[in-house]
Amino acid sequence: MENLLLQALNGLASASSLFLVASGLTVIFGVTRIVNFAHGSLYMLGAYLAFTIVTNLPRGHAGFWGGVVLAALAVGAIGALLEMLLLRRIYRAPELFQLLATFGVVLVVQDVALLIWGAQDLLGPRAPGLRGSVELLGLRFPLYELVLIGIGPVVLGLLLLLFKRTRWGTLVRAATQDREMVGALGVNQRWLFTSVFFLGSALAGLAGALQLPRESVNLHMDLATITEVFVVVVVGGLGSLPGAALAALLIGEIHAFGILVFPKITLVLVFLVMAVVLVVRPRGLFGKAQMAQAAVASVAEPVLGRAPAQLKWLGFLALVVAVAAPPFLAGDYALIVLTDMAIAVLFAASLHFIMGPGGMASFGHAAYFGIGAYGAALLTKWFAAPMVPALLAAPFCAGLAGVLFGFFCVRLSGVYSAMLTLAFAQIAWSVAFQWVEVTGGDNGVLGVWPDPWATKLNFYWLALGCSVFGTLALRRIALSPFGYALRAQRDNALRAEAIGINGFEIRWVAFVLAAGFAGVAGGLFAFAKGSVFPTALDIPRSVDALLMVLLGGVQTLAGPLLGALAFTGLHEQLVRATDYWRLVLGSVILLLVLAFPQGLAGAVRQWWDSRRRA
Amino acid sequence: MLKVQGLSAHYGRAHILDDVGFEVPAGQVVVLLGRNGAGKSTTLKAVMGMVRPSAGQVLFEGRDIAGREAYQIARAGLGYVPEERRIFSELTVRENLSVGRRPPVPGLRPWDEARLYGLFPALGAMQDRPGGRMSGGEQQMLSIARTLMGNPRLLLLDEPSEGLAPVVVQRMAQAVRQLKAEGLSILLAEQNLYFAHAVADRAVIIEQGRIRWEGGMVELLNDESTYQQYLSL
Repeated sequence: MENLLLQALNGLASASSLFLVASGLTVIFGVTRIVNFAHGSLYMLGAYLAFTIVTNLPRGHAGFWGGVVLAALAVGAIGALLEMLLLRRIYRAPELFQLLATFGVVLVVQDVALLIWGAQDLLGPRAPGLRGSVELLGLRFPLYELVLIGIGPVVLGLLLLLFKRTRWGTLVRAATQDREMVGALGVNQRWLFTSVFFLGSALAGLAGALQLPRESVNLHMDLATITEVFVVVVVGGLGSLPGAALAALLIGEIHAFGILVFPKITLVLVFLVMAVVLVVRPRGLFGKAQMAQAAVASVAEPVLGRAPAQLKWLGFLALVVAVAAPPFLAGDYALIVLTDMAIAVLFAASLHFIMGPGGMASFGHAAYFGIGAYGAALLTKWFAAPMVPALLAAPFCAGLAGVLFGFFCVRLSGVYSAMLTLAFAQIAWSVAFQWVEVTGGDNGVLGVWPDPWATKLNFYWLALGCSVFGTLALRRIALSPFGYALRAQRDNALRAEAIGINGFEIRWVAFVLAAGFAGVAGGLFAFAKGSVFPTALDIPRSVDALLMVLLGGVQTLAGPLLGALAFTGLHEQLVRATDYWRLVLGSVILLLVLAFPQGLAGAVRQWWDSRRRA
Repeated sequence: MLKVQGLSAHYGRAHILDDVGFEVPAGQVVVLLGRNGAGKSTTLKAVMGMVRPSAGQVLFEGRDIAGREAYQIARAGLGYVPEERRIFSELTVRENLSVGRRPPVPGLRPWDEARLYGLFPALGAMQDRPGGRMSGGEQQMLSIARTLMGNPRLLLLDEPSEGLAPVVVQRMAQAVRQLKAEGLSILLAEQNLYFAHAVADRAVIIEQGRIRWEGGMVELLNDESTYQQYLSL
């Protein structure tokens, strides 16, 4: 009994800090419609800055709490700068590009933190006067946790007052509904957006700073937090503060009790709850139907078309070189990189298929890549299957997962659907990570070697063949009647339904196809590396796929190809050249986003078109 | 007051406005007439900076405001009432009005809530009602009232009579005439000729993004052929 109470209190404490981060994210999303992946990075910065400030201020109440507030304000200022220097320039770009930009920020912040604070975990000072614990029903509970439990509701109250009782709050709520109209009434949205970013970031910073006495500060706080907070925000309903509060409570308590009841599947549990909530209430607990976003003047997406003949020849030429040149390359290294590239192209093309023609963003596409990889690897490990059958099985494993997960994901739309894909990917990852008996857990599946005939060179040709065949097949499908129907439901779901297109079915099939092709890539990956680890389906891999697609450009068929090649090439070179490859890659992404809001392929196309017209 | 010259605008590759030019003299009501899709709304939006003009000038009291952002244009003294009304449905009537509030302008009697409730008594009776729970006519009144809170000198009204019951249209016409009597200049986009006739001094006919006819309202009503050519179905 006492134990339960203790767990409940623990849950409240983590709910409180979850709410702080989530409230910032939800407010920012409400007004700017930006899904800020960098919000977890701001939280991490809050913790690091608080560490530096508090340890440099005199000890005592003023030093600690002053340091926490200063850190929050500093993070707020960083968020405001981010908005002014970066996001402000791309509000008119497609939604996914804003996402890409915030990915770039995540990468940059990771390395900047590494540069400044180093790789080791930092242990912050305890809060003065709150080191002890109180006695509750004969159990000792840390005093600081109790204070933390109080801070959440206080902040919620203050935020509600701010939004209901001040003109600024009224403007923010109005802009959440229709920001263009707010502008037409004479309100400078820039200032409004920047101030919202300041507030949201400061809340993230505050949450991070308050963690100082609870846990060590480290470089993994950003992604760990952002996934949890996404869950909270989505479960609560995007843009809703009370929703975020309730969801934080729910998730915090599930965490606390999950450890007690199902210690083996705590990771799965949270995402399972999210999946259930989204299936029952597709917009989260308190979410409202989004206003038609026609309110924002944006340029119509370019129509997907066949490439000009010259570009086709160029592509064909590149393919010939890719087939013929490798035997003359010295060393295995080049072959390994080329194989990686072929796999990456197929992986990116499969994600592009649902994102571009399908119009569904997936934040968890690595799940299907990884399930394909694990499927092939486990067949070899447990059934001693040779390479070819194992490779053939990979797309079926991934496709099956696609059938199951897709059924739920494609019923939702927009960010909610993307979040659900993330949730399923995390579930798949947790299974790979925690089901040690079968998957080997963190130690992975080893010894997945190709058949003897598949030398490095032969395997490369195999990978290239699969990649080219897969990409062409996806292209063929995108330009078939099925592809037209897919794009029709993307562009206008209602009208598509009205002419007899079953949007759900079409999206579902597309989802399964994309999963299957990702599975092929995953199977190849397993044999190329000789092993599979849970990293094959973790969030960073999903992010990699997103980066490839977004870099290349969502609305061109050549986009994922170029994106995958550019990303893999750049990544490979950077990792070899510098420890700070994230910083460089992130900066490159930010520059590209600012310079080519249409993606690489879009930019090339535009340049090509304008040259031909001239 | 407002002088539009050579205004062009595109949506993507489609040419929507082509060399549009007309004038709104101070204190007058000018109506922009035309069929669906003729370019009326786009003209208002281009004047207001919500559609970026690709060429041309928009002179407001002699200053070119073309290409400025909507909020700057609003601050210069233009008020815009959109066709879809675009009420903030989760905000109450009072809150909607407060979003529109801007400082008073010298030489103009400032608008406040009490004075607006005088103009639209229906609104006064529902100050705490969320915008989403109002009828179309009430939302139209709120939309106009919200824009008036910014103390504009020129009002851009996009089809205020659309979808309203005849009785409400009459009341709307009364309100517009009252605004004119207070010295406000008004540029109106309309399809409803009766409403236009009830309030307008001058008419400008637009078709396929070009100005086809310009003259007095009375003159238009006596010009059967122009009417037949551009406005009748």
